[in-house]
Amino acid sequence: MKKLLLASAASLAAGSAFAGGHAEEIKLGVILGFTGPIESLTPSMADGAELAMKEVTDSGLLLGGAKVVPVRGDSTCIDAAAATAVAERQITSDGVKGIVGADCSGVTGAILSNVAVPNGMVMISPSATSPALSSDADEGLFFRTAPSDARQGVVMAEVLLEQGISSVAVTYTNNDYGKGLADSFAAAYESMGGTITINTAHEDGKADYSAEVGALASAGGDRLVVAGYVDQGGAGIIRASLDSGAFDTFHFPDGMIGQALQDNFGDEIEGSSGQHPGTDSDGAAKFVEMVGGAFDASSPFTPESYDAAALILLAMAAAGSSDPADYKSKVEMVAHRVSQSFRVNWPKPFKSWRMAATSITSAQQRSSW
Amino acid sequence: MDVLNGLVALANFVLVPAIAYGSQLALGALGVTLVYGILRFSNFAHGDSMAFGTLVAILFTYLFQSMGISLGPLPTALLAIPFGIAGAAILILGTDRLVYRFYRAQRVKPVILVIVSIGVMFVYEGLIRFIIGTGEQRFSDGERFIISAREFKQMTGLREGLALKTTQGLTVVTAIVVVALLFWFLNRTRTGKSMRAFSDNEDLALLSGINPERVVTVTWLIVAALATVAGVLYGLDKSFKPFVYFQLLLPIFAAAIVGGLGNPLGAIAGGFVVAFSEVGITYAWKKVAVYLLPEPLEPSGLVQLLSTDYKFAVSFVILLIVLLFRPTGLFKGKAV
Repeated sequence: MKKLLLASAASLAAGSAFAGGHAEEIKLGVILGFTGPIESLTPSMADGAELAMKEVTDSGLLLGGAKVVPVRGDSTCIDAAAATAVAERQITSDGVKGIVGADCSGVTGAILSNVAVPNGMVMISPSATSPALSSDADEGLFFRTAPSDARQGVVMAEVLLEQGISSVAVTYTNNDYGKGLADSFAAAYESMGGTITINTAHEDGKADYSAEVGALASAGGDRLVVAGYVDQGGAGIIRASLDSGAFDTFHFPDGMIGQALQDNFGDEIEGSSGQHPGTDSDGAAKFVEMVGGAFDASSPFTPESYDAAALILLAMAAAGSSDPADYKSKVEMVAHRVSQSFRVNWPKPFKSWRMAATSITSAQQRSSW
Repeated sequence: MDVLNGLVALANFVLVPAIAYGSQLALGALGVTLVYGILRFSNFAHGDSMAFGTLVAILFTYLFQSMGISLGPLPTALLAIPFGIAGAAILILGTDRLVYRFYRAQRVKPVILVIVSIGVMFVYEGLIRFIIGTGEQRFSDGERFIISAREFKQMTGLREGLALKTTQGLTVVTAIVVVALLFWFLNRTRTGKSMRAFSDNEDLALLSGINPERVVTVTWLIVAALATVAGVLYGLDKSFKPFVYFQLLLPIFAAAIVGGLGNPLGAIAGGFVVAFSEVGITYAWKKVAVYLLPEPLEPSGLVQLLSTDYKFAVSFVILLIVLLFRPTGLFKGKAV
């Protein structure tokens, strides 16, 4: 992923008929949570998406030299009403031709069913990972460039069983991300022969998790799977588990992996494991190089945001039209073509677990996940 | 052996955390109950008074840490508590001069003062976030454990560990000292007696020459001290976060009302009732039951009455039950 080079944009654009004729101005919505729980991630995500738009505009190759203009909107990450209002305004009053977004799974689902589907608008989310989105009725309008957590759940089950761990307790942060990941993991792990002793939620932002850990400890298990956030309740759960001697080793999915884990716990969590979807493909390095120092290209979901915007624009080029009704059917084709020219896989540095998926194929295989 | 293991698991996951939490709630509830008994209103700003006192103590803790002052194995924050109390006292007495005194002079109904205290609460909340932000602060240092789970297992050879954190031990010891001081003050000193007289019958107390402003000032000073100590202990044991202190208001009020508003002994009992109910009802008893029960009776489920998500609901339910069946509380306080 993260390497849709202009070369491919150019070749695709050249390969398709130029239906546009004269240059137009194409507006793309960028709906991300500029305020709220992930406000620290969204600025570079938006920069990533806008970089793709700028490149296409500068190349002058899209639909006879169309100018692509971003329109930012605030999804708030958690307030579905605010997010749908923003999307509604972008479509009806700004006249956007496609939406990069939204970011968090909950608001993405809300925009999709309330605004995008009724208006026939294409949405590509760079960061919504809840498996539930795959089963939403999207009429072929919704895609994403981050892999669904259904995939991560399966990989996590494989990783644990590979280490010979057949009984775990699971705790997840009480939102779409945590619940989706915990459910997909539980289903995969149990079907592979593992035992889940308890699968329970924890709330973020509490001071004390000893009651939660008491229940987890009582259920038992060889390891504790913490599907939470590293600077939120997840850290509290680990701290309380270590203090009370309930669990010594843990397993961490993507939300828990960060420098804070090392800083807070160091060798206290020796023997724990984890996995994190990512890539070490040439494209990622190329993306960092392209960005230079303009913004943080390695920030989570920033390359995925670039991909999301680029996919929309490439699909427009392939269809020879900026009308969502025309180009929506081209998104998968473009994603497939690009992923073939850039062989990508997902080995991740945290340990050496491999996630055999790519963001590009995730758009393509969206419905099967 | 199984019985011992069962008892240790029970102590580790229920008794120790509940006793520490109960002591923290009891100190908070004492503050609420004093304000109710003497000033005659429910002080909704109490949670944020706790947060403010703790905030000042945290800032001084950071200062001491940067100067290299420490208490060895004990947390530096203990040294900062007097400064925290002073900070909270200045804020609360200032509020009394500016706000409460105006309403007291007009002899308004208690419900007006309750609403006023909600306004004060919002102002405090803004002030706290303005100074220290909304994030989490961890300020405990020194030795983390009196005895850690791993050491306990090695020492005794049992399968279950018992962890006793320094902060948990400190909480209980400090709570006992503070409560003893408070009761000595209320029962043995002249000022304490005049406070109780004022609480029992305001008019009679005034007629016998008690200076009401002095009683009010002393009450607020004690409340500031109790709030700061409770807040610092809670923050040391868990962590400091402004929103969490606001949320503590519910279990604290539940504790004060369960024990009987205006009755200091009741506040302490109420604190422990609420803490033990919260921990006991949301704990999964499977582990303890497996150790203690004979094999045929061992449960296969978790034996958890309520999921931990509903921890706060427990305080609400206790509050409802007490208000329905015994509105004066366990220790005959004033009816709400």
